[in-house]
Amino acid sequence: MEATYNYKVVRQFAIMTIVWGIVGMLVGVILAAQLIWPTMTEALGPLAPYLSYGRIRPLHTNAVIFAFGGSALFATSLYVVQRTCQARVLSDGLASFVFWGWQLVILLAAITLPMGFTSSKEYAELEWPIDILIAVVWVAYGVLFFGTIMKRKTQHIYVANWFFGAYIVTIALLHIVNSAELPVTLTKSYSAYAGVHDAMVQWWYGHNAVGFFLTTAFLGMMYYFIPKQAGRPIFSYRLSIVHFWALNFIYMWAGPHHLMYTALPDWAQSLGMVFSLMLIAPSWGGMMNGIMTLSGAWHKLRTDPILKFLITAMSFYGMSTFEGPMMSVKTVNALSHYTEWTIGHVHSGALGWVAMISIGSLYHLIPRLFGREEMYSVKMINTHFWMSTIGVVLYIAALWIAGVAQGLMWRATNSDGTLTYSFAQSVNAMYPFYTIRLIGGTLFFAGMLLMAYNVWKTIAAGKAVNDARIPQAVAA
Amino acid sequence: MDAGLLSSAITVIFFVLFIAIVIWAFYGGNKKKFEDAGNLPFEEDAAETRKPN
Repeated sequence: MEATYNYKVVRQFAIMTIVWGIVGMLVGVILAAQLIWPTMTEALGPLAPYLSYGRIRPLHTNAVIFAFGGSALFATSLYVVQRTCQARVLSDGLASFVFWGWQLVILLAAITLPMGFTSSKEYAELEWPIDILIAVVWVAYGVLFFGTIMKRKTQHIYVANWFFGAYIVTIALLHIVNSAELPVTLTKSYSAYAGVHDAMVQWWYGHNAVGFFLTTAFLGMMYYFIPKQAGRPIFSYRLSIVHFWALNFIYMWAGPHHLMYTALPDWAQSLGMVFSLMLIAPSWGGMMNGIMTLSGAWHKLRTDPILKFLITAMSFYGMSTFEGPMMSVKTVNALSHYTEWTIGHVHSGALGWVAMISIGSLYHLIPRLFGREEMYSVKMINTHFWMSTIGVVLYIAALWIAGVAQGLMWRATNSDGTLTYSFAQSVNAMYPFYTIRLIGGTLFFAGMLLMAYNVWKTIAAGKAVNDARIPQAVAA
Repeated sequence: MDAGLLSSAITVIFFVLFIAIVIWAFYGGNKKKFEDAGNLPFEEDAAETRKPN
């Protein structure tokens, strides 16, 4: 028992990553369609309210971030920590608890959000009983992860584990502080904070959910799977150390950029902007580190679609971590805030970076978990890669144009000071871009279906690996 | 000590700490150690190929 790795929990989370990816992205596609045809779900009669935009929008964000992204992170972090520490997870029972606990959280979210139960905090909509469950599962995950590190046979803790560790600690802190709330009934609570304090706590949480859940953790994935797939160590291990600490020192303070030109004190807004701008340095350092790992082996990029996924993810990471700081500049924010540009920016990060690094890592992982040399069809991975890439590009390009157009229309004034355009006119101008966005999003979603088929065939031809042995020799 | 002085002090401490980390990471004497650490994901495989099957 002691001499093998626990692949079961990795396998469970890996499969659920694909399932929740499909579910979450399908909801996204429905939302994109609703923006074009707002009454499309009304035909459902009594069911219509449950599928109204306001209710399924948080369902989409929760599903793709915490169900899809979360499962991908559980799968990869528990795989990487075991393999680089050369130790089995601390406890198999705890691993099962984390898996089933997290699935229960997702299930409860999928039920309560369409029913309209929400704390109305973005990315933290779930009501208090679910918040408590999340906290319990998360602490169990922390014990499992750090417990595994403590029983490691290697002397050094590999950099990917540092990133995963920072993410686990920070998410616990963010979730518990931001979810402080006063329950009124089983399904309704009020935040412990009020007014501008509530806003600041919420966006301290919200931005660091982006910073630590959607960035730091997926960088942990990057630091293991890019070297593995490329067959060479990371370009600079020393740079990875500086990358890690620079991100941790800076990210925490960038949250106020979500609250430009609000009641938040001006100094706090400026602080958020300055720290956001500083973030370019570690972000790009990390991106270079990932991409330069291929230095001297660029030809692999031509033939290996998994590497294409991983390296393209790094490119989107670079792009969105340049775009983000730019958008946090007050003058740019004055134009971009509340427009579709923000949604475009989020998806350049979420689809281009987070989803693509996860997909690439899963294509590396699945054959190893099911005793196969490679995926059922490498050609299909290549097709999936192009579907995803074209899908993201269509999506973000459409929303860049839409957002800038929207921002310009809102601020346009006539010589007498009246507004040039009514709000409805700016909505009307969005139709072509919403249509392109729907096409791009659908393409990305269809890619996930192709992946599911490929994974299905791989599993059908393989056998679950439960005897992956831990090397006996103690490594440096 | 008022809050302003405390935050200034913490900012300076964090900054100095970060500079120390950068120096530590790029200190010549640590080169070999970090290169070995970078190879951690591969050492497992070397051992695994010896696995009887």
